[in-house]
Amino acid sequence: MATTETQGAQQNTQKEQGIGLGLLTGLSVTLRTMLKRSVTVQYPHVKPDLPARTRGVIALKEANCTVCYKCSRECPDWCIYIDAHKETHEPAGGGRARSAKILDRFAIDFALCMYCGICVEVCPFDALFWSPEFEYAEYDINDMVHERERLEEWTYTVLPPPALEEGAEAPAGDEAQEASA
Amino acid sequence: MLLAQTSVVDSNVSNYWLALVIKALVVLIIFLVVPLAVGYMEHKVLAHMQARLGPMEAGVFHGWAQLMADGAKFIQKEDVIPAAADRAVFSIAPGVALVPYLVVLVVIPFGGDIFALNLDIGIFFVLAMSSIGVLGVLMAGWSSANKFSLMGALRAAAQLIAYELPLVLAAAAAVMLAGTLSLVGIVEAQQNIWYVFPLFPLFLVFMMAAVAELTRPPFDMPVADSEIIFGAYTEYTGLKFAFFLLSEYGGIVVMSAVASVLFLGGYLPLPGLSVIPGPIWMFGKIFALSFVIVWLRATFPRLREDQLQRFAWIKLVPVTLLWILGVAFVKVATG
Repeated sequence: MATTETQGAQQNTQKEQGIGLGLLTGLSVTLRTMLKRSVTVQYPHVKPDLPARTRGVIALKEANCTVCYKCSRECPDWCIYIDAHKETHEPAGGGRARSAKILDRFAIDFALCMYCGICVEVCPFDALFWSPEFEYAEYDINDMVHERERLEEWTYTVLPPPALEEGAEAPAGDEAQEASA
Repeated sequence: MLLAQTSVVDSNVSNYWLALVIKALVVLIIFLVVPLAVGYMEHKVLAHMQARLGPMEAGVFHGWAQLMADGAKFIQKEDVIPAAADRAVFSIAPGVALVPYLVVLVVIPFGGDIFALNLDIGIFFVLAMSSIGVLGVLMAGWSSANKFSLMGALRAAAQLIAYELPLVLAAAAAVMLAGTLSLVGIVEAQQNIWYVFPLFPLFLVFMMAAVAELTRPPFDMPVADSEIIFGAYTEYTGLKFAFFLLSEYGGIVVMSAVASVLFLGGYLPLPGLSVIPGPIWMFGKIFALSFVIVWLRATFPRLREDQLQRFAWIKLVPVTLLWILGVAFVKVATG
């Protein structure tokens, strides 16, 4: 019984669509697609035009880093290595000696990184950025650890952020906080 | 009839053996080159129908050498024969699948006097030979000692039995109109009107049956990769697998050639375009029909096995028989 019912249903749909009309529609779709220009970008020959938000590689602007360790603590993979030491120095006008943290090592192991971007989000002083560069595959997994010099170089490839959409709220930042204070 | 019954080679070369060698060489070259061109066309057409580019690297210009590179790759691969396989049958099967299409090519005319052999029973020979290829698939499936291979082979056998009938009947109608079994004769009989016009439904039936014979999508259940891996060819590697692939493309070329001889006037030009020589027309028609076969593959999903059988037995065969009856009436009535 079940088979006869399905057969009946098939015949009904065939009658509704007209025999062969659906087949011809399919053929015309493929033919029209063939005559259109293909959208493929021939990657090694043509570099892709990537948007500013692309998560390619993480760049470090060392001058902005205060060695607060927030990025390395928040990192789910623990792939950020930070070494630092404290230096104290006497202020010129006298008074209590001040201490400052000096960065000794800042490295990201991109073999571990899962590109979640939490470090970039959490950085309080805008020292970490996303760069759209992605061509840094290595033959040795140890070379996937990018030290601070290499991370600094990636900052040169960071794109300016895209413009805000029309009617969007002003971003919550230093200026906004100052105005409200 | 004003038929040039001798081929151009025979009328220019007096030595029988030299003429034989020349004809065999030309047929072999066509058999090795045209299927590659069709295969390349399939790569490109399929890609563009899916908004891709297809091969672009091999041979610098739009990947024209891709299939030659593929061939070189297949030659280098290890030739694995399963431990439980029937080694002799397993090894012969690719040849059995490939050679019939090469043999069919011998009788295909590319011009009024351009053919290797003008058999009086040409179309009979073509259909008989193209059926042998099925045997290769069956041998491959049975000797592989693999359940998927066996299932694929059984599907292929069922499908080829089902679709051989409409194929032969559609060809028979063209033969009845032409009054001859010779392929050159059938082409020459279409001087006034190509048989695609009086026999249009049969042309469609022939093409559908040809696609099914070649186990090409949408009738590719014998090699349905999502169900039975690659059917009868599952256990094949390297050069033997390449032979099966070549026989698939050779089959497309041969079936397109037969269809254009039976229905599209073979090497005959369109009216007013007789400046262009016959062989170019023949190759043009072969490529046009091959394009249609690729087009079908790019468009339609695979049917179910039972749908395939029902379609052949309760739709194609009765339609073909009725049309043949009509052709017979017309033929008798007009004398």
